[in-house]
Formats: sequence, structure tokens, C-alpha cells
Amino acid sequence: MIAIVDYGVGNLKSVYKALEKLGFEAIITSKEEEINQSKAIILPGVGAFKDAMDHLIESGLIDCLKKNVKEGKPILGICLGMQLFYEKSYEDGAWNGLGLLEGEVVRFEDQLKVPHMGWNDLIEGVKDEIGKDINGEYVYFVHSYYVKPKRKEEVLFWTNYGIEVPAVIRKDNIFGMQFHPEKSGETGMRLLKNFGELIK
Amino acid sequence: MLTKRIIPCLDVNKGRVVKGKKFKNLVDVEDPVKLAKFYSDEGADELVFYDITASNENRDIFLNVVEKTAQEVYIPFTIGGGIRTIDDFTKVLRAGADKVSVNSAAVKNPKIIQESALKFGRQCVVLSIDAKKNEEGFWSVYINGGRVDTKMDVLKWAKEGERLGAGEIVINSIDTDGVKDGYDLFITKEIAKCVNIPVIASGGAGKKEDFLKVLKDGSIDGALAASVFHYGEIKIKALKEYLYENDVAIRRIK
Repeated sequence: MIAIVDYGVGNLKSVYKALEKLGFEAIITSKEEEINQSKAIILPGVGAFKDAMDHLIESGLIDCLKKNVKEGKPILGICLGMQLFYEKSYEDGAWNGLGLLEGEVVRFEDQLKVPHMGWNDLIEGVKDEIGKDINGEYVYFVHSYYVKPKRKEEVLFWTNYGIEVPAVIRKDNIFGMQFHPEKSGETGMRLLKNFGELIK
Repeated sequence: MLTKRIIPCLDVNKGRVVKGKKFKNLVDVEDPVKLAKFYSDEGADELVFYDITASNENRDIFLNVVEKTAQEVYIPFTIGGGIRTIDDFTKVLRAGADKVSVNSAAVKNPKIIQESALKFGRQCVVLSIDAKKNEEGFWSVYINGGRVDTKMDVLKWAKEGERLGAGEIVINSIDTDGVKDGYDLFITKEIAKCVNIPVIASGGAGKKEDFLKVLKDGSIDGALAASVFHYGEIKIKALKEYLYENDVAIRRIK
């Protein structure tokens, strides 16, 4: 069972439907017991960083998520969900994130069109099982802020938008995708499948 | 490299896709979910669903279409038509939409852009502008399906929309819409020059060359069309190959 965390923001159904289509059991939940019982967690996210953090705090799930991550359960943050893993974001202010990964979330420079929106290709960084057969394929990005990770060795794929942008990250059991795999056609489905297969 | 987007637009009325000329004379075309899936398989980069009735009783039918599409189609889609409140945003995003487009409601109440951008993030707020050169000879913003001239300057409104928090602008030229004689290159490119968010051209695609003309210099991020795709006059896969051969950055379908 994969728990998709419902904390009041984001497009949860698309992720759920994509997992269902791939044959994975999934549940959209905001209940601590269900997250604890799951074999993997997905933290989705569409929206603004502060709003999402506020919702996470209100939901009372932060300790639960941290505990599950510490125990080694695979967790995948999608788009804003990935950004929330980091220490700090400068989206319309300066806000603390979950601090599971080291690095910051910053805005694209002004000479670029913001948001970075559309299909961009994945350039392999560190080889990893989750990215097998993916190099060079296109996935769908929609974001105005991007992660500046402290360690490049945590980046499995980059994408190029004037600058190098981390697209898929991994540190042990923590995974992040800056794009929307559930909206990235066949390539996105394969990445979700690779994540889901970690628990089999 | 970020690619240019090809975006079929599905105008939905009472649960069916329709297409009219210059917003009038609506003709029934197809089941929206079926059509959406077909386009996604053909290589569409994104879809737009436009609720052209936007009356309350048909709203639920429309949301139902959105939900069904989200179950079948794994590419992004935008919902437009009849979006007036934050609650409307929440409903369509919850139903599975990725972006929400506001048009008349944003003109009447610009705060909706600001509030929705703060709540859901700028990236899901699309400002859709119906533009037309009016009787006085300047490019004006029209509302209510192209029936009312607001006398607002199109470029000023685009800039204001960006300032308020819109993450993308769709510029629909009323005069070229449905006529199939090409996008209005002038107003589309003028807008792209004055804002720093993605700009999508809409209204007027009739042949492959029209897409090339609007996308080739790189300033426009995508091209939206309806009837040429619905009636099979242009196949998306062939269109994308044509654009690729003409040096437009494009996501090709294997």
C-alpha cells in the first residue's frame, strides 16, 4: 500500500489514478495510522510553499512523516512535495521546510520566463535503479522555484532551463521529482512504476 | 531544452465537445474524454477544457468530465470557463485539473488572480485574454465570450495579470478565431515582449505553417487550436514532426 498524503493542497487524484493504473494499491490519507501502515509514502504538492507547510503543520503529520522516513520507508515528494524536503524556501518570503535534505529552494533568475512550464528533457546525473532507461526523455515541469541541493551526488537527473535544475533526487529512501510524473505521459508512468517497485 | 507546446482545446457544452466560429454557431463534435485520450496518445503536450455553458446545472456534468479525463489521461490539463471564485478553483483542481484559466471574471475582479496565486501557486493560474482591435483601432480586452468591449488595453492588462500573479497568458484573437487563416502574430508577439511568463497563442490555426509561423522565433511557448484537430485536418503527430524538421524545439512521439 502506498500512502498519498492528503494535507489539503494539491492534485491528489491524478497521482492516485496513475498508481492504480500501474497496478499499485494506493490510498489518499491524512491519518497517521494509515501512513504508518503503508509500505511507501508519496508527498504530492501543487501550490505555494508557505501554504503547504502551514497545512502540513495543521495536519499534525510532520512527526509521523519524519518517523517513517527515519525508519527507512521510501518516500517520494512530487514537485512542491520534493521542495518541502529541504531546509528552507525563499518563495514569497523565507520559510522553513521539513529539513530532511540539505539545500534551499530559490526562484529562477528574472531573465528566464517563470514559471518553467512545459516538457523538458532529463539528463542523467548519478545512475540509479529508479532512473533506468530514462535518459533523454521528456517530462512535464511546472514550477517557479527550484532546489539548490548541497550535494550534487543526490541528483539522479538534471534538466536544463538556462541553468541546471535538479529534476530527480535521491538520498537513501528519500526521493523527489521536480516535475509531475503523473502528468508526464508514458515516461512519467515508468518512473512511478520504478518507485512503486521498490516496495515489492 | 524546454519544448514548445501543442495544445488542443476542447470546448465542452453539456458534456460534449463543440466548436463554433467566432464563438457562435456551436456544432457538436465528440465525447471529451475519448477525444482527450486520443490527443494524448497522438502527442498533445497539454489539453484545455473550456466549459462554454458555465451555467450551474451543467457545472456538475463538466466536473464529471474533468474527473473522468484525469482517470484516463496522463498529461496536464487546464480548465477554463465559469471560474469566478476561489471555491471554483478548488473544485476543478480537486477534480484533477492542473491549471485553471480565468478570463471575464479576472477583468471584473482582478483580485481573483492574486488570491488564487497565493493559495495554489502562480503556476496554476492562467490568464486568458480575448483580444480584438476595436472600432477605435486599438487592441482591446473583450469579455463575456467576445461580446463586450472593456476598452482596456490588451498589453496593459497582460502586464497587470502577470503582476497580480498569473503564471501563464493565453491570448485569443477574436478576429482570427475559427477563421483558420493563422494566429494573430502581431498581438501575440507584442504580449510576449512585455511579460516574462509563458504566452500561448490561440485562435486561427488552419494549417501546419500557421503553427510554425507563431512558434519559430521562440518567443511564444505554445499554440492552442481546436477545430483543425477535432476534424482531423491536422494530425498532432505529423504536425510535431513538421515543426521538429523546421528547427522548433518539440517533444516528439515515438
